This record gives sequence, C-alpha cells and structure tokens, in this order.
Amino acid sequence: MLYDAIVIGVSAGGINAMKKMFSMLPKHFAIPIIIVSHISARSDNQWIRFLNEKSNLALKEADEKEIIEPGKVYFPPANYHLLIEKDRTFSFTIDEKINFARPSIDVLFESAADAYKNKLIGIVLTGSNSDGTSGLKRIKDLGGLTIVQDPEDAEYDFMPESAISIGPDHILPLEKITDLLIKMNKQNISKP
Amino acid sequence: MNNRKPIDTHQLHLQINPAEILDILYQKYGYDFRQYSEAHIKRRLYNRMLMSGIKDVSQMKGRIMNDELFAADLMHELSITVTEMFRDPKFYKSLRENVIPILKTYPFIKIWHAGCSTGEEAYSMAILLKEEGLYDRSTIYATDFNQQALNHAKEGIYPNELIKEYTTNYQLAGGKESFSTYYSSNYGHVIMHQSLKNNIVWANHNLVTDSVFAEVHLILCRNVMIYFDKNLQNKVQNLFHESLVKGGILCLGTKESLRFTDLYDQYLELDKTQRIYKKKY
Repeated sequence: MLYDAIVIGVSAGGINAMKKMFSMLPKHFAIPIIIVSHISARSDNQWIRFLNEKSNLALKEADEKEIIEPGKVYFPPANYHLLIEKDRTFSFTIDEKINFARPSIDVLFESAADAYKNKLIGIVLTGSNSDGTSGLKRIKDLGGLTIVQDPEDAEYDFMPESAISIGPDHILPLEKITDLLIKMNKQNISKP
Repeated sequence: MNNRKPIDTHQLHLQINPAEILDILYQKYGYDFRQYSEAHIKRRLYNRMLMSGIKDVSQMKGRIMNDELFAADLMHELSITVTEMFRDPKFYKSLRENVIPILKTYPFIKIWHAGCSTGEEAYSMAILLKEEGLYDRSTIYATDFNQQALNHAKEGIYPNELIKEYTTNYQLAGGKESFSTYYSSNYGHVIMHQSLKNNIVWANHNLVTDSVFAEVHLILCRNVMIYFDKNLQNKVQNLFHESLVKGGILCLGTKESLRFTDLYDQYLELDKTQRIYKKKY
C-alpha cells in the first residue's frame, strides 16, 4: 500500500467542493478519507446526510475510539477537535479553538501525520483562513504527500494561498485532485 | 550564542515520546496521565515546549524534574478546562424532561459533577434545580483534580463576553427566567449569585487515582473520559457504577458512550442521543 489514509481540510466554499469531489469518487475507492470542514458549533451535522446522497462512498460522523476503515469517509462531530491515534483510531478533544476553529484542520493533520507518516495524503481546499497550513507542513515533514487546491479554482482562495507557502507536492484544480486520488487508489490496489 | 539558535520544531516534535515524560510526571509528582490518549497529550507537550522556549526533550525532562512550579503548570495544561454554561443545550433540556421527574421522588438529592473544571456546568445544574424547585434539598459535589480550575469555579466569576453565548444556551436549554437574574455584572465580568453557591461543595478529587467518596443519585461526567484510553474509561465507569444508588442516573458527554465499556448492560438508556443512562435495580 502506498497510502493508508487521506486527510482533507476545507472551510468557506466547502459544501460545493465536497459535493463535487464526492460525486466523482467511485464506489470502490478504498483509501479512508477524514475531512475537517469548518462548521457551526451548533450544527447537528445534517449536511453529512445531504452529502451522502450525492456520494458513492459511505460518509459518517466519527465515533470516539472508532477504528478507521477502508472505503469510509469520516467527519468530526460539531464543536470537537478530531485526532488520530497511532493505533489508527479516533479521539476527540474540546481544547481551545485553533485558528478560531473547533474542529481545526491543523489538529487533525498534525495527529494524522504522526499516525500515518509517509502513508498519508494531505489536502487543503477552498477556505478563508489559514487553518491547515501548519498541519500540511507537518505532513510534508513526515514524508506524506501534500496537495493544495489551485487558488484560481477555489471558491475562496485565502486558505489554499496560505497552504502553498509550505511548498506542496501538487497545486491542482479540484477535478485534477480527484483524478490524482483515483490514480493513487488504483496504484494502492495493484501494490498491496 | 547557542541559545539564540531558533528551535528546530521538526526535530523537537520527532523527539517527543509522551510515555517517557508522563512517567517522570507520575514518578516524581504522582500526576497520572499515563492512560490518556496519546495524540492529545503529545500536542499539549509540544505546545508547552514551544511556549517555554525548550529546545529538546532532555531539557524538558530536566525542567520537570527540577522545577515544581513548571510541573504543576504542565499538569494543569494537560487537563482540559474548556467548558460552557449549559454546554449542549439539548442535553439540559433532556435532563429537565427525563431526569428531574426521577429526582423529584427523592427527599434529598446528591449530585456528583465529576470533572467540573471551572464550574460553568455545576452552576448550570444549580440553576436548573432552582427552577424545578429542587435546589434546597440538593447537594452538588463538584470535583476536579485541577486545583486552579476549582478555585476559579468557587469564585464563579466569568468574563462578560461569554455571557451572550451562555444566554443563548440557557434559552435553548428551556430556561424559565431571564438568565441575567443569576449573576451580577461588574468591571467586564459577571459573578454568579451566592444563592447558587450555597449547596455546591467544591472538592479536589482525581478520577484516576481516588476512589468512591459518596453515594449519589446523579452523576455528570461530560467530556472528561474522551481523553482516557479504554482501560481507564472502564476503571472510571466502575467507580461511577459503585457510587450510584440503584436507579441512579449517569450523564456522559454527547460523544461519549457506555456502549464499548464493560458496564453497558448494567444500565438502561434513558436518552440515547444525549447519553443519559439509568443504573439497573
């Protein structure tokens, strides 16, 4: 296996971006995806259900201590930070907000980088703050693959612009990112 | 000159082995974080080292060994004190609808708020009891192992800017009054009314190392066990089970579950979504 997990950070403009991405990812896409999207602390995560209808993959809210499995897409519950432990299970914290956000992209990315090292793909998409930049740096430092949405292609360019400062491996429009993920998934299957 | 060299954050992060540092904290001071989830602990340790300008792990260990104040601060930092009044309003609504009727059947009511942090949720409970006419026959034992947080809780002073959100929470939780009747405002802060404090007993208690201290009718322990590993969760759940009267109520955080603990079949689910459980007879 080349890659064991994908982490994605998305903020303003995220619903459209996720809708697009999940309509393109095929049913047999096996690499687990964990996404932090900045949402209201009072959200009941109904939008996950909405997104699920447009998706070929099974989207769900992560449970505490849940084991991360292939073929699944996970989101943190509203108002909690989501972390990944070394045994590849989820844990939550209600620490202070980071970059004005809880859940924070950096918190997920930094813990995921530790858990997966070079078996991780990190992606920063549309958004209007700088959350995700230092997390993406950690992923890069630990040998993971880093991808940022082309700011020209993003609904909000601030977050991708910020993440580009770390020198990611790829800067691509959303469609091309999805193509790349599909390619990685195929390589994963051919090199188990 | 060496001191001026910027810290290599990448190297620093690679070096941190939480277990090693937690062992020192335990051996030297008895603070036991050894069964906490590692990702969270590592993040806090790393942040503390950056903020204190600590260059490497051996310097960190030395600091902990030789500087008692530093170790105490670190201990406080590893315990999360973030909380709100009426955090998760739907939970308090359910408490009012599903648990208060049970409490009303007792001539006196003992409540244990475990991990009360800076007290916001204990005051929320006090307000709810007052509005339901139960406060005068209730005692709330509000405990935490973080003495700084407990001192803060006892004072009951909170910054003004939080009050707007607390008021919204209170209203969403089915509050019956104007929230402002419960505090006085002064110098950018609010202070909770003495009448709420009379029946709250603040006490230092450590869930990891201390044992049962009272038999109670209701236990609230919300967003505390998310930091614990499975073994420690089980241990603390046993402690709660022992402390509750038969038919007593256990309230966990909305993302915490009894499902994966040894005690799942010892309780009935009173409100599945809000994680309110009733101990079987």
